[in-house]
Amino acid sequence: MATVELTFSALPAHVRTARLVATAIARRTGVAEALLDEVRLAVGEACSRAVEAHRVHCPGEPIRIELCDDSGRFEVTVTDSAPSDDLEQAYKDEDELPVAVNGTELASLLPADTLMSGFGIAVIAALADDVEVYPSAKGLRIRMSWPAAASGIRAV
Amino acid sequence: MDLKLDHHTEDRLTIVEVEGEIDVYTAPRLRELLIDLVNKGNFHLLVNMEKVDFLDSTGLGVLVGGLKRVRAHDGSLELVCTQERILKIFRITGLTKVFGIYASVEEAKEAHGRDK
Repeated sequence: MATVELTFSALPAHVRTARLVATAIARRTGVAEALLDEVRLAVGEACSRAVEAHRVHCPGEPIRIELCDDSGRFEVTVTDSAPSDDLEQAYKDEDELPVAVNGTELASLLPADTLMSGFGIAVIAALADDVEVYPSAKGLRIRMSWPAAASGIRAV
Repeated sequence: MDLKLDHHTEDRLTIVEVEGEIDVYTAPRLRELLIDLVNKGNFHLLVNMEKVDFLDSTGLGVLVGGLKRVRAHDGSLELVCTQERILKIFRITGLTKVFGIYASVEEAKEAHGRDK
């Protein structure tokens, strides 16, 4: 398993950099060319959401992105440090917060006025074939992955 | 690539030329332009997306916001786009049913002329 980790300040300008890095590593890992646009858009959505959340709750905290090739899959995890108020609201009727949440299910549960959170996660759920969202009081973690060819060059 | 914006008006139709990437960093500039155009009485907008390299949900939000503003004045906001990578996000979100999407500026102008 090879992992590239990137942390960046919660500035909108850095989202493009994160997209470019993720796309470059996806290509090196052997993700099919036809899927690279999906990787670029999904990573952009996850990072945009994190930046918006940090700007509201904790502008001084960095956002972390991990890019990993493991067992024939290219996996991206975006972690923020902002409390997931909208997600907690979405789960207010649940007995307890689930550990991992299916992206599509989560997007459908979100209140309509949480446009960036709900819309962005819904787009990610449509783009990646495996998405899990881990909400918590300390932040949100979005993990998504795509198939990578066995012949791909290892990321590190 | 940064975002380049330009616009001109032809026969009551304001054509907004967009080039580059529309994301969380650049979308506010497009939002400001659309608001400015509407505030100056341009209620029929055609956004040419043929030179857009990237569009995310932030950009979609700006376009939906623009549509809402022009509709308040019985106006229209339509798009020119043939790029599959851009059309895909409109399909995923169901917004192909909300926006008129044309293959060329000429095609959109003809449709606009018929609707007048």
